Amino acid sequence: MTTTSMDMTGYGGSERSSGVGDTDYAGDVASGGIFTSDYKKYDDLKQMLDSNKDNLKLEAMKRIIGMVAKGRDASELFAAVVKNVVSSNLEVKKLVYVYLVRYAEEQQDLALLSISTFQRALKDPNQLIRACALRVLSSIRVSVIVPIMMLAIKESVMDMSPYVRKTAAHAIPKLYSLDPEQKEELMQVLERLLNDNTTLVMGSAVMAFEEVCPERIDLIHCHYRKLCVLLVEVEEWGQVVIINMLTRYARTQFRDPNRGDNKSTARGDTSTNFYGEENDDEDTENPSPPPLDPDHRLLLRNTKPLLQSRNAAVVLAVSQLYQHIAPSSEASEVVRAMVRLMRSHRETQAIVLSNIASITTQRKGLFEPHLKSFFVRSSDPTHIKVLKLEVLTNLATESNISGILRELQTYLGSSDKQFVAATIQAIGRCASSISSVTDSCLSGLVTLLSHRDECVVGESVVVVRKLLQTEAVPHKDIIKHMARLLPSIRIATARASILWLLGEHCEKVPNIAPDVLRICAKSFCSEEDSVKLQILTLATKLQLSNPQQTVLLCQYVYNLAKYDANYDIRDRARLLRAVVLPSTGDAPSIFTANAKGLFMAYKPPPQHQSTFKDREQFQLGTLSHFINARASGYKDLPDFPEEAPDPTVRSVPEFADSVSPKHKTVKKTSKTAKKFYSSGSGESEDESDESSDEESESSKNDDGSKKESDCSSTSSSQEEDSGSSSDEEESSSSSSSSDSDEESSSSEEDSSGNAKQEQQFESSAKKPVSGKPTKSVESKTKSNLDMLLSLDEVPPSIDTPMLTPSMGGFLPVGAEPSTTTPGVSGPVAAAVAPGYTYELLNRVASGGLAIKATFTRSPHLYCPKMATVQLSFTNYSDEIIHSISMETSDSKLFHPFPSLSNLAVGNTAHATLGVDFCDSSQSASLGILADGRRHGVAIAPRVGELVAPTRMDEATFTQHQGSLRGMHEQTKSGLKLSKEAELQDLVAPLLTAANLWLLQHPQSIRLCGKTLSGGSVVLVVVTVADGEARLTVHCEKLTVASMLLKELAHVIDSL
Amino acid sequence: MIHSLFIINTSGDVFMEKHWKSVIPRCVCDYFFDAQRKANCSEDIPPVITTPHHYLISVLRNSVFYVAVCLTEVPPLFVIEFLHRAVDIFVDYFGECTEATIKEHYVVVYELLDELLDNGFPLATESNVLKELIKPPNILRSIANTVTGKTNMSVTLPSSQLSNVPWRRAGVKYTTNDILLDLTEEVDAIIDKSGATVTSEIQGYVDCWARLSGMPDLTLSFTNPRLLDDVSFHPCVRLRRWEDERVLSFVPPDGNFRLLTYHISSQSVVALPVYVRHNISFRDTAAGKMDITIGPRQTMGRTIENVKLELPMSKSVVSCNLTATQGKYSFDPVTRVLMWDVGRVDPSRLPNIRGNLSLLSGAPPPESSPTISVQFTISQLAVSGIKVNRLDIYGEKYKPFKGVKYATKAGKFQIRT
Repeated sequence: MTTTSMDMTGYGGSERSSGVGDTDYAGDVASGGIFTSDYKKYDDLKQMLDSNKDNLKLEAMKRIIGMVAKGRDASELFAAVVKNVVSSNLEVKKLVYVYLVRYAEEQQDLALLSISTFQRALKDPNQLIRACALRVLSSIRVSVIVPIMMLAIKESVMDMSPYVRKTAAHAIPKLYSLDPEQKEELMQVLERLLNDNTTLVMGSAVMAFEEVCPERIDLIHCHYRKLCVLLVEVEEWGQVVIINMLTRYARTQFRDPNRGDNKSTARGDTSTNFYGEENDDEDTENPSPPPLDPDHRLLLRNTKPLLQSRNAAVVLAVSQLYQHIAPSSEASEVVRAMVRLMRSHRETQAIVLSNIASITTQRKGLFEPHLKSFFVRSSDPTHIKVLKLEVLTNLATESNISGILRELQTYLGSSDKQFVAATIQAIGRCASSISSVTDSCLSGLVTLLSHRDECVVGESVVVVRKLLQTEAVPHKDIIKHMARLLPSIRIATARASILWLLGEHCEKVPNIAPDVLRICAKSFCSEEDSVKLQILTLATKLQLSNPQQTVLLCQYVYNLAKYDANYDIRDRARLLRAVVLPSTGDAPSIFTANAKGLFMAYKPPPQHQSTFKDREQFQLGTLSHFINARASGYKDLPDFPEEAPDPTVRSVPEFADSVSPKHKTVKKTSKTAKKFYSSGSGESEDESDESSDEESESSKNDDGSKKESDCSSTSSSQEEDSGSSSDEEESSSSSSSSDSDEESSSSEEDSSGNAKQEQQFESSAKKPVSGKPTKSVESKTKSNLDMLLSLDEVPPSIDTPMLTPSMGGFLPVGAEPSTTTPGVSGPVAAAVAPGYTYELLNRVASGGLAIKATFTRSPHLYCPKMATVQLSFTNYSDEIIHSISMETSDSKLFHPFPSLSNLAVGNTAHATLGVDFCDSSQSASLGILADGRRHGVAIAPRVGELVAPTRMDEATFTQHQGSLRGMHEQTKSGLKLSKEAELQDLVAPLLTAANLWLLQHPQSIRLCGKTLSGGSVVLVVVTVADGEARLTVHCEKLTVASMLLKELAHVIDSL
Repeated sequence: MIHSLFIINTSGDVFMEKHWKSVIPRCVCDYFFDAQRKANCSEDIPPVITTPHHYLISVLRNSVFYVAVCLTEVPPLFVIEFLHRAVDIFVDYFGECTEATIKEHYVVVYELLDELLDNGFPLATESNVLKELIKPPNILRSIANTVTGKTNMSVTLPSSQLSNVPWRRAGVKYTTNDILLDLTEEVDAIIDKSGATVTSEIQGYVDCWARLSGMPDLTLSFTNPRLLDDVSFHPCVRLRRWEDERVLSFVPPDGNFRLLTYHISSQSVVALPVYVRHNISFRDTAAGKMDITIGPRQTMGRTIENVKLELPMSKSVVSCNLTATQGKYSFDPVTRVLMWDVGRVDPSRLPNIRGNLSLLSGAPPPESSPTISVQFTISQLAVSGIKVNRLDIYGEKYKPFKGVKYATKAGKFQIRT
């Protein structure tokens, strides 16, 4: 290799930057690089690395990296380079890292010097530096540092930055390959990572799982639904790994969807929960589909959109999933996407075509409509052409064969001989598989026998021979024709084929066969081995059928073969001679007597089948499938179990339910999400906040006790309300207060809180999932929360604050969130919930059905712009009401409640409806269908329900107040208060009337929030002076402001 | 997953290697060279080569081979797709990705490779993210760097590098905000001897060039979205919104990216914009005649430009003596490819080329006629009839400049003769 002398000049970069800094010095080195010995050059590099100029160091590092990149040995410089690991220059540092990873294995002792730097960097506030340190540390393949690595991984798994956690996931297989004995401990770490619900981490976690402990499929159970639901959000490479893993999982956990019988209907009972509609759809298509496990269905449904991925690997992964685990009626979903992939790079094409070829051997119909996409273009590379031919042949049926044959015929004219040969074989296969065209194909092939090109002729001979073998009727003319061709054909396989054919049909061409043997015996010595063997066979057969003409010839051939160079031929000759021409002394053996039976027996015709037939054993899309051999590390795809294992192992209940596909989560801060799901705990948190505030104030404030009682009364009433309002809230309200404390501290700024919360989540997930309902709801809450945290397909609208990864500051653990951090604003839970309730439909008017509407004041799951209205249906009639559903004209403004079935007499059912009021107090009308009867109702909100509380600090409040002046500010003063009323007495009634957040302020009541639909800031200030209250409302939306003013004034007045 | 990567030029020089796990000696490439020798042309090298201990998975881009070495079972397409993505990133960084550019920017390439994979598994492959970590070289900056002595590396790492939209960097700011869409359609077709269409399909793609500040949320709708029934998207597109409403809603990455690709399959009828009349015949007397005319068919009044015809002749053709009414022709005596660069087609005077072909003396006339490959471009026309209806921007206050450009090109447009 000439690289040694060329290396430095090859890279323009070094020359260009050699002008920088110390010109003379750098120039010297550059020239030295070419002419001086290696030793000298390294000396210069070492000097540069030792200098205190970053330029020089960088220059030296760049050259060293250049050497590494070219594969030249730069290990001598190790000591000099590693010193610079502490360099403050980021680029130098990075290049040192790169170098270190490459050579650490060779210089273990010296490498250890750098470890402390990484340990320090692991604690850096910048997430990228932490991640980078972990990445390099774990890439150093020195077994001494295994414990350090383990420690680093364990810490990083708990890191608050998902990027660092992702790196930690990558480090796990590295450590495992370095020291497999750490498996147990790594698996614990891995379990923790699998619990991570950030989409960034999930793919890498599953990758680590696949590398470390793929056999522990039981670890996946409780994450299965999460993986399915969040799959779309995972980055593309992770998707491939997850889909492949889930394919294997599905094969072990579900029953074969294509099994005809459907014995166990017991499994089906869960399938009606939330996939009821789906199953109905299928019913109409397919009279009796075996019920799919709902989780099975979930997987299929959630992978389907990925067929639109730009990444071919993802598309193919989904395709193989559908081929391996979907009911056969759905396997066609993937066809179009696979055909689309064929337009991609040639390498992609090759892989996809080989998979298609494999599929078409089993399921012909799938790709038939796309037949034309497999037509060969002259510009395709040969291996692609051959694969396309394979597919075309597999797709051939009675109906399309004429088109295919016409196409194949044009290929025969190609200048690519290998391709032409493959085409001839393809014609042969079509001929043998479709009987109606056999004759025309055969005659076509025979004309090819007189083709000018030898290869074509040779290939046609072989194919014709195979065809004749399958044909019951011998084609005497063709055999004669071929015998005549023999002298002109030089290709061994073709010659061998003709000889074999003559031998087989020697009785039908009694005159020709002995003559051919005579000619061949003459040229025996110069033939190829395979032809020699066939000459022997021919001789034997002739000797048996026509001894008087050929016995001498036969002996002659045997004698020639006896002294052949090839031992195979010598052996064969000896065997044949012993059987056919025993030496005169011996008694005729049993073989001799049955020689005719031995050699002239009927031979079954060869099967013309696709070479892809035997690839069925491999999973589609794998390396093993492509190379048609077992690659190391290949795991067979298990067969479906006879009886599905217990499906309940997967239930982390309602996870999938709450994140149903329609569900469009909207980025909100964690607060809202939590509050929504466990409003009980949310309230208690607010209380605790308040009470702590109160305590601090109580010294100043004389009326502390009074206020406290006030608060407790509100909270108790809330609890009652929430208890009756929904089952979900009821169960979650029992979650412990410590729990809520931790949650409360987990605002984005608070790293410690986050970490804590995660830890806590893990612990909750570790608990047996089939446990009490409280726990299940709890974990569900968390998973939803994390879904919100992770990126989903949500319009990142401006009004909702972005979730930016935090700065990694290590705030003290007990730090007060949000109140201490300036500039925080974000939605919070309602202080007083639920809002007002009124009767929507009177029992008298409807004939027995009464509907009450309650504004729960929690953000709606479907869209944050919607107010959540809980409808309570009570049946006062004497008959069961069978179905209750709703109809609306405008689906954008409503998120309908799922229809209820069977409301028994006297019972009450609840349903939650989302309504977008568009920030106006106009009532929204909708129709409720009960037993087919339509009741028109109108939901009229109070203006207080059109807003949502938002947390704000003092400064933000003032800032907003400043910007909402003039006509956005409306004031009403002179509101008379009853004599003894104090400022704080107004808080509770005001919060009941309007869904706002209370900002503590000594001199006034400050309430803030945002309108639900438009997200405009709403501020309310109440001041009291001389028994008169002054009320000010600020809002961009004038109508909201004026209505709110009126409403709140009324509240104050009525006190 | 991917153990090592070797970058090899067509003459068999390994000019860069990178190992993500332990070092694999480069002699493993010998198996690749064997396959290279066996293949007729570099296109024919199989994408996967099995060796006793390793699996070599290679892609060929711009006459450079990228050979990934794997030790264990791995989805081959995963590796292939990754290699192509890596090359795409190099192209994004350096404008093109040839042997020369890789050698010129070897440090950046090496750093990129280091960021792209961790332990052989892709770590960061979004160019927006990578550009935050490693600044792409450009002329202006390299001059500035020479003057100021700074480097390409951003001195401080971005603290919140992973913005909540993984494909877009945070804090983008431009003085003028532009978004340009390029809607390009490539027509693939096979036309048989008699001029009948054997198969024709359209491969379309929308490339986006976005220079928008902040976090814009875009909505793109088409006038006839039902044409798009076989589509693949950039990950930024919200699939659900597409499925429900047939609009593309997305937060774009910064810079260039391919928003969507669509495929209109051979089952639907595609209007072919050009036709070619040809007559190529060989007589036994070591000579042949050729006469080719090209004309527009359905172009909606647009002119066909950049027309080029390529005829790979049989090996027995030695030279051509032709006259073209328009454009230039050239015949490469080594590859035996006849190129005719026509240029623009004037419907009133159809371009024609005719003349004699001389064969190797004594050689029999070739049994097959060449397949004509046609290249053309038609600007301001999307042959499928797809049209952008509107592009709305939400989430940002400014009004960007919006532009859409349509073009139709020939993809694999072949005429059998």
